[in-house]
Amino acid sequence: MADTKDPTGSSKAKWLVVAVPYLWSAIFFLAPFFIIVKISLSQTAIAMPPYMPQFKDLATAWDAVRQFSLDNYVFLTEDPLYIAAYLSSLRIALISTLLLLAVGYPIAYGMARAPKGVRNVLVMLVILPFWTSFLIRVYAWIGILKPEGLLTMLLQALHIFGPDQQLKIFNTETAVFIGIVYSYLPFMVLPLYAALEKMDHTLLEAAADLGCPPLQAFWKITFPLSLPGVVAGCFLCFIPIVGEFVIPDLLGGSGTLMIGKTLWAEFFNNRDWPVSSAVAVVLLIILVVPIVIFQNQQKKL
Amino acid sequence: MNKNLTWFNVTALVLGFAFLYIPILILVIYSFNESKLVTVWGGFSTKWYASLANNQSILDAAWVTIRVGLLSASLATVLGTMAALTLDRFKKFHGRALFSGMVYAPLVMPEVITGLSLLLLFVAIGFDRGFWTVTIAHTTLTMCFVAVVVQSRLVTFDRSLEEAALDLGCPPFKTFFIITLPLILPGVVAGWMLAFTLSLDDLVIASFSTGPGATTLPIKIYSMVRLGVTPEINAVSSILIGVIALGVVAASIVTNRAEKERERAERAAFAQG
Repeated sequence: MADTKDPTGSSKAKWLVVAVPYLWSAIFFLAPFFIIVKISLSQTAIAMPPYMPQFKDLATAWDAVRQFSLDNYVFLTEDPLYIAAYLSSLRIALISTLLLLAVGYPIAYGMARAPKGVRNVLVMLVILPFWTSFLIRVYAWIGILKPEGLLTMLLQALHIFGPDQQLKIFNTETAVFIGIVYSYLPFMVLPLYAALEKMDHTLLEAAADLGCPPLQAFWKITFPLSLPGVVAGCFLCFIPIVGEFVIPDLLGGSGTLMIGKTLWAEFFNNRDWPVSSAVAVVLLIILVVPIVIFQNQQKKL
Repeated sequence: MNKNLTWFNVTALVLGFAFLYIPILILVIYSFNESKLVTVWGGFSTKWYASLANNQSILDAAWVTIRVGLLSASLATVLGTMAALTLDRFKKFHGRALFSGMVYAPLVMPEVITGLSLLLLFVAIGFDRGFWTVTIAHTTLTMCFVAVVVQSRLVTFDRSLEEAALDLGCPPFKTFFIITLPLILPGVVAGWMLAFTLSLDDLVIASFSTGPGATTLPIKIYSMVRLGVTPEINAVSSILIGVIALGVVAASIVTNRAEKERERAERAAFAQG
């Protein structure tokens, strides 16, 4: 049995290795979700913390539980803003994921076909922007996309735009798409590259020898073989994009509706903790299915 | 090999990398702009860097961020390595499915949810928000990234070395520190670096879990950006980018060299045997 020979095999050590991260995650990742559900069932109150009821002791706990209500959830369905924000987030996430796939696939393909020695450098070059701050990378686009920004200046210099013409994409969804594709590109390229790099080139050579045109060979051989990478990349991008806050806030302006922004405003501007908790719970329910699929995918790797 | 580098592949790579790097390059270039208007080039100047040195609130925020980053990355590396060992070595124990769920879910969980839920936990247990709550929040998020990086290292790990040590009577703990840890060290180091930069970078979770006196650099930068684009922000950003780029390149050179040395040693050992 391999297990008895394990370096952490003595039962005390094994127990410690499992229990410490387990407890940490249970306390700081799992337990908060129960609290979020609890508070989403509470009422807003002018107090600190700003919600009712509070659990003081076990004797009054049942009274507190009986005060729970679904009011906040009813409120979410009554105000069309929230439903519109959820739908708009899903739509933006779906379109950006497809855009990411369209932009990321040729890059990953080019990387996988590059000479072996160059490949590691290319992987490094894709990862490097990912290490530099998300916030800073989004900020960099403000200066480029602003109406009086660098892209307008470039277009004017090239005489594509007249001297008075300005780019009108800052504070629109287009700017949000650009920001998302830019920020999430490494998350799409790396899984695609991992799948494409493993591919056996002789399959393509065989197809070519048998007279299959390159484009057809791509759709019949390369793309199906890269499918695990496509699925991993899409989920890795889609799920966090649905709840994205920084990009729509900085590039999308007031016209872009996304649920991450709504939650943030509800919490930091309106100080309505119970409603923001309800917003988070519903978002979580929407994302449970993709998250479970993503986890099964991860376990297989 | 070169016949594979068609014009299509080269174009895709050139355009792709231009897209990734030009915005960052522009940002850095304009941090040296004399003019206060971000889009007008007024000549080369380092005055925005000088003005940073006198901006006490930015310096304070940077100091908080570095302390949170160092502490949370170190905690996350210990916890994440343990989590990776658990997932790689112990295939069957009660609650394993839940554990692997708790390790993988934070990777994709929208930050607004993680941030809000952690804040509500801290409030519920009456934990004063500040330096420690941000550190705990970052540890919780980044340990999952460490676990994934270390686990990918463990998958390619040759277990026979450990087994040999154990057969020769080496105690399990000692075996871990003299055999396992050195072999997975590149993964552990990469995990620490990733955890540190993620902590340095995080705005959303830090905004939820922070309290008085613990303003991190991203929170500070975000509030400055909301007030408008200034060359001073470009200067802070450029310093951050420079520090991180240097760190990543240095780390990759070190791990590459270690890797090559190890391979050479292995080949030498095989040649002798």
